[in-house]
Formats: sequence, C-alpha cells, structure tokens
Amino acid sequence: MAVNGLEFEKPIIELEKRIKELKAFASTENIDFSDEIKILEKKVVESKKRAHRNLTAWQRMQIARHPDRPYTLDYINALTKNFIELRGDRAFADDQAIIGGFASFQDKTVMVIGHQKGRNTKENITRNFGMPHPEGYRKMLRLMKMAEKFSIPVIAFIDTPGAYPGIGAEERGQAEAIARNLKEMAHLQVPMIVVITGEGGSGGALAIGLGNKVFMLENAVYFVCTPEACGAILWKDRTKAPEAAKALCITASDLKKFEIIDTIIPEPVGGAHRNPNKTAENIKNTLKTCLIELAKLSPEEIINQRYEKYRKMGKFLEK
Amino acid sequence: MAWFGKRQYTVLPATKKRDIPDGLWTKCPGCGEIIYNKNLNKNLSVCPKCRFHNRISVQERIAQLVVKNTFVEYDKNMQSVDPLNFKAYKNYKDKIAQEQKKTGLKEAAVYGEGDIGSFHVSIALTDYRFIMGSMGSVVGEKVTRAIELAIDKKIPFISVSASGGGARMYEGIFSLMQMAKTSAAVARLSDEKIPFISVITDPTGGGVSASFAFQADVIVAEPRALITFAGPRVIEQTIHQKLPEGFQRSEFLLEHGMIDMIVDRSELKQKLVDLIGHFDSYSK
Ligand SMILES: [Zn+2]
Repeated sequence: MAVNGLEFEKPIIELEKRIKELKAFASTENIDFSDEIKILEKKVVESKKRAHRNLTAWQRMQIARHPDRPYTLDYINALTKNFIELRGDRAFADDQAIIGGFASFQDKTVMVIGHQKGRNTKENITRNFGMPHPEGYRKMLRLMKMAEKFSIPVIAFIDTPGAYPGIGAEERGQAEAIARNLKEMAHLQVPMIVVITGEGGSGGALAIGLGNKVFMLENAVYFVCTPEACGAILWKDRTKAPEAAKALCITASDLKKFEIIDTIIPEPVGGAHRNPNKTAENIKNTLKTCLIELAKLSPEEIINQRYEKYRKMGKFLEK
Repeated sequence: MAWFGKRQYTVLPATKKRDIPDGLWTKCPGCGEIIYNKNLNKNLSVCPKCRFHNRISVQERIAQLVVKNTFVEYDKNMQSVDPLNFKAYKNYKDKIAQEQKKTGLKEAAVYGEGDIGSFHVSIALTDYRFIMGSMGSVVGEKVTRAIELAIDKKIPFISVSASGGGARMYEGIFSLMQMAKTSAAVARLSDEKIPFISVITDPTGGGVSASFAFQADVIVAEPRALITFAGPRVIEQTIHQKLPEGFQRSEFLLEHGMIDMIVDRSELKQKLVDLIGHFDSYSK
C-alpha cells in the first residue's frame, strides 16, 4: 500500500524509497548490499522516532486526519468477529457517517459504535466525511439503549471533524439530538468505553463519548472547535490553525495531563497508518483489561463512576 | 450534602445596567421606530410597536421573573481561571478582566434560588454580554450546582439561556466537558423526577443548546430568538448558499418540533407559574 506522506515525513519516505530501490537493484544484479541496507534501515527507524517524539499539535492533527489512517470499520474488522451492522434511527433515515452494531470481542458480545470516514470521494459522499446528522446520533442512542436493555457493554470509536453544520441538520435538531445523547449516556447502566482514534470533533464527538473510560490513540486529537475555526475567530485568520492547535491543547498528552482522558494508547512509530495491525493490537489489549475491570461493577456503580468522572471536570476559582 | 455548606449567601444587587444605550430614545432594531427608553423599560425591553425583544441582562431578567427580594445568589465570586494559559490575538486573562469590567459580573452565569409566583425554584441564567454567554468551567459548574440545588431541595429547576457562542474556546477541552457535566446533572434531576423548564432567549447556540438548554421537560423560547447548533455563518461557509429568511429563529424551531412554545416576555413569568403548577399538581 502506498502511504501518503506528510511534510515532516518526507525525508523518511525518501530514505525508504532508496532502500526499496537498493533492494531491487541487489536482487536483479545479484549483488550483496545487505550491510548497506541494514544501515539505511536503522537510520529510518531512528529518524522516525526522532520525528515523532517532538511532533507539534498541528503535526499530530495531520496524522489524525491522515487519509490512510485506520477508520472505525477497520478497527471493528481487526478487533471483533461476527459484526452485524444495525441501521437507521426508526424516524427519518440511516446516517452512514456513523455506524454501529453487534460484534464479538474476545468471544463476548459488545455493541460497537463509531463515526465512519470515507477512503475516497465516492465513499466520502456516502459517509459525509464522518460528520453525522441528527438521525445518526438518534441511531446511536437507539443502539446504546438496546445494549443497556440486554446488558451489553458499549465500545465507541470516535473519529469526526464534528457534527455536520447544515440546513437539514438544524431543521431536524442537531442540538437536541446531541443534548439527548449526552443526558441518556450519563445514566446508561452498562459500561461505556470510548476510544478516540482520530479526530475528536467537539460536540459531534462527545455525543457518543461519555465513557466510563476514555482512551486516546497517541496521535489522536480532541478539541472544542477545529483549530481552523478557532484561528478564524480568535486570531481573525484561518491560517493561524497551527497556533490555534497548540493553544487549544488538543493532543493526547495534554488531555492526559488535564485528566480528561484515562490512558494514551501507543501507536507504532510513524503513526497508526504505518502499522494498522499493531495499532489494533494495542487497542485490543487496552479494551480487554478495561472490560474485565468494568464487568465487576454493578449498574449503579457504573452510573456513579461515570457521574463522578465528569462532575470533577472544570477549573475555576472560589473565593 | 457537602458542597452546600460552603455557599456564600449574597443578594444580587439591583443594577440598572441595560443593553439600551443611555439617553432618551432608541431606534428599534425590529421596526426602525424611535422608542423612548422609558417606554421600553416599562415594556420589559420589548418594543411596544413591533414586539421586538431586546436582549436583557441577567439582572433585568431576574427582576422580571423572580419575586422582589426573594432571590438569593450563590457562588457569586466564582471566577474563571486560565487553564490552558491561552494566548491568542487577545489573552484569556485580559479578556475576562475586560468583560468583568464591562458587565459588572464575575462570569457569564448567575444562579440561586427564589420565588416565581408562589413557587420556590432553583434558577440558573446566562448573560450574552459576558463573552457571548459562552460556557466555560464557571458556567458549567454554576449550572450543575443549580441543578444539584434543585435535587437537594426538591424544587423545580429553571434555566434561562442567552449564550450565543455556546462554547468558551479559550478553555478548550474544559469547555467541551461542561456539556458532559451539566448533562450528567440533568440526568440525575430527571431520575429524581424534578421538573426542569428551559427558557431559551436570543441568542443560544452550540455548547449550551446541545446540552442543558435542550434537555428540559418543557422548552420555552422568546419570540424571534436565534437558536442554533452551528451558527448561521458557519453553515453558510459550509454549504455555500444563503440561508432562508427566519432560519434558526424560534418560530422556525417551533414549526420543526424542537420547542414547546414561544412566549412573549410580558407573559413569561405567568407561563412559568402555570407550568410549574401542572408539574406540581400531584406532588403532595
Ligand atoms: Zn419595534
């Protein structure tokens, strides 16, 4: 698979290309370049590590938005068996920007839900770039309430630029749909586990994100408004997005420090898209432990734990 | 409960601060007529000619809704901190200081308890003048405490929102999490079967509309209030077309089934009394 490179990855991709060429040359010409290749490969690993240790918020955002980054369905396929998609909100439509259904994780049934981005233009028209309408959030609520009814834990994968801002979305109550999900998730009796895999776009992300535990992939981002919009409003300049990304503190390490998320799930060097299987493996291990831990709690304890988690959030001064 | 003991009981000063410019008259944004300010004040800041509802401060709102001398404000001095050390075109700290000076408020929300008609209620209000009434940690905390007060005392909860911006960008993720926090409190309120009436006024958007403002048992809006998830400008930029006349106004939301009713400001207090009466009918 050809991997799209980001600006700061160019030197690494260049090196990788040279290794490939050298290998091809070695095999056609039957010359032994194995020592040279070994040195170059070591160099690649080192520069990757170096590049990724000191990524800026904006660079991480580029990785989070990378067109080759694994999406919800990729994780569902890698982590679960017997996925059966359940569609429609029973009121208006089926929103394909956000999906869900039954699946088997470690031989037990879970309800998996998540935003779904498209891989190409055609897919993105269907998926609306992972930006749900109200009917999408209402479908999610339907699935969460069904999971609650049958004591099935919910696993949510978050990856959206945000809830869709459009005429139809407003007409059908985008605010109401998100508000209702937040309220209903708050007293959901089953464990709710959230993994932010790419973009955590504001209310559109939170609308399926009120978890007992919230995990975040190393290069994922979570924000109250996109750095572009923030730049346009607070700097009066959209091109200030990199500055806004930094100021908004959107990275996993920022949010861990603020105790907004529970754990950072490591990504392979270079980002999730460079080794989707390894990324899925890391998520699997985290989910496995978490499900075992949450299974020990009663429905009441599940609700109380979630309440206490969010009740604490916020920083202010009391005199 | 523990948090209740630490409360400071202070009475909100009756200020004359209004959005109406000082002077003898105002040009009505609704009909363009020149209206004498005295006449406007007498009419709850509603144009007597075209019923245009001018935006009003929380102090004015409290004076209009709550029985005189019954309102007790809590946590009046709660203040925003700058959790992200936010520096942009303007620094957050400077922005707060500036807004405090402008409005005479410490933050965009006020909450407390008082009487509406013969009913004792918990009430939380946001003020559009303070960073557009956006919800940062203080607004989220105050709304949450107002809900907890309602649960604690088993009294109805009333919210009056005027939060155009919705989210407080300067507080980043902390602002977003206030939606979760207030929603969790509303879920408890709902489990306790305590009535919640949301009064939505011009303008209410984003973080506030997509959380507590739309979670009430009954949602009341003032005429022609702008009520949004995404603001009109964001939508226009996304879809590259002009928005229809009246889009995202109270009347539009009523037509689309998003709110229960539109109530003229002159009838709002009585409507709240009547609604609470219905909720209260079987409670004894
Ligand atoms: Zn008028």
